[in-house]
Amino acid sequence: MSLESICAWLEHGTIGTAIAEGEWTFPIIESIHVIALCLVVGSIVVLDLRLLDRSWRSRAVSELTLDVLPWTWASFLVAAIAGFLLFTSAATRYIVDVPFQLKMLLMAMAGINMLVFHFVTYRNVHEWDKDHPTPAAAKIAGGLSICFWIGVVACGRWIGFTMR
Amino acid sequence: MLDHFCHWLSETPLSDFIQNVTWIIPLVQTIHILCVSIVLSSVGMLDLRLLGVAGKRVTISGMAARFMPWIWASLVVLLISGVILIVGEPARDLPNSAFQLKMALLISVIVVTLVFQHTVRRNANFWDLSPAHRHSAKVTAGVSMALWVAIAVCGRFIAYIDAQH
Repeated sequence: MSLESICAWLEHGTIGTAIAEGEWTFPIIESIHVIALCLVVGSIVVLDLRLLDRSWRSRAVSELTLDVLPWTWASFLVAAIAGFLLFTSAATRYIVDVPFQLKMLLMAMAGINMLVFHFVTYRNVHEWDKDHPTPAAAKIAGGLSICFWIGVVACGRWIGFTMR
Repeated sequence: MLDHFCHWLSETPLSDFIQNVTWIIPLVQTIHILCVSIVLSSVGMLDLRLLGVAGKRVTISGMAARFMPWIWASLVVLLISGVILIVGEPARDLPNSAFQLKMALLISVIVVTLVFQHTVRRNANFWDLSPAHRHSAKVTAGVSMALWVAIAVCGRFIAYIDAQH
């Protein structure tokens, strides 16, 4: 099965048609998507600024991560489900839309950045958790993360201009 | 009256400039959404703390000190970027009932936030004084969250509700 046929199947399926045809389904799901994505980005920035040693230095990185990250993931789950539902309404057009493709690419890069940070840099967090400057690798991860997520939001808004 | 004003505003050189430089509106909208994400997340952290759900290792006043400056700074950028978008497309926003509701909700949430900030400044432990005080913290958090979610929904719905003429 090709990507195009999967998209066509999604778009013509019950959910895809219902979202495309309902008068208020798309705006309602889109509102949920926007709010959830805002919470993902904002909460990640709280962590990124800590990694950049810019704010909340009085708090241990590991402690702040435990406080914030569960909410980031919960919001991400909501944003991803809502985003997928929006995608099904016009899957064949989204999949070839440049800002949409760029948005997916930037999210993948944000994911890779996060994995590298989590499995490499974060392993010796006890050495710089608190009262120590964060290492260069953590600062780079925080800076890249902010850039990628700003890009995700910008592409998301850009989709609104290419798809209407 | 409002139609007249929208028409006048859309004919000004500044509005003309915003309308005709293709990247201005998408760029300003992106800045606007990024600030919304800072406000919603900051308010979320603060309200979850008031609800006693998250961040309990930090005091309420500590949370307020960390996030209130970000909320106010973002609101200033939101106001500026919002005004630019209105000047660019006045007839899309000003007569729009979703926009009008958004502004009413925004004023309400600013009042709630100012009352919260005033309270925390006068007595950092206000919400720990009694069970009734703790209850009022939860009510404040609930009202604030509900208002902000409604503001964001109204913001998105401006694009879908035709301005009434």
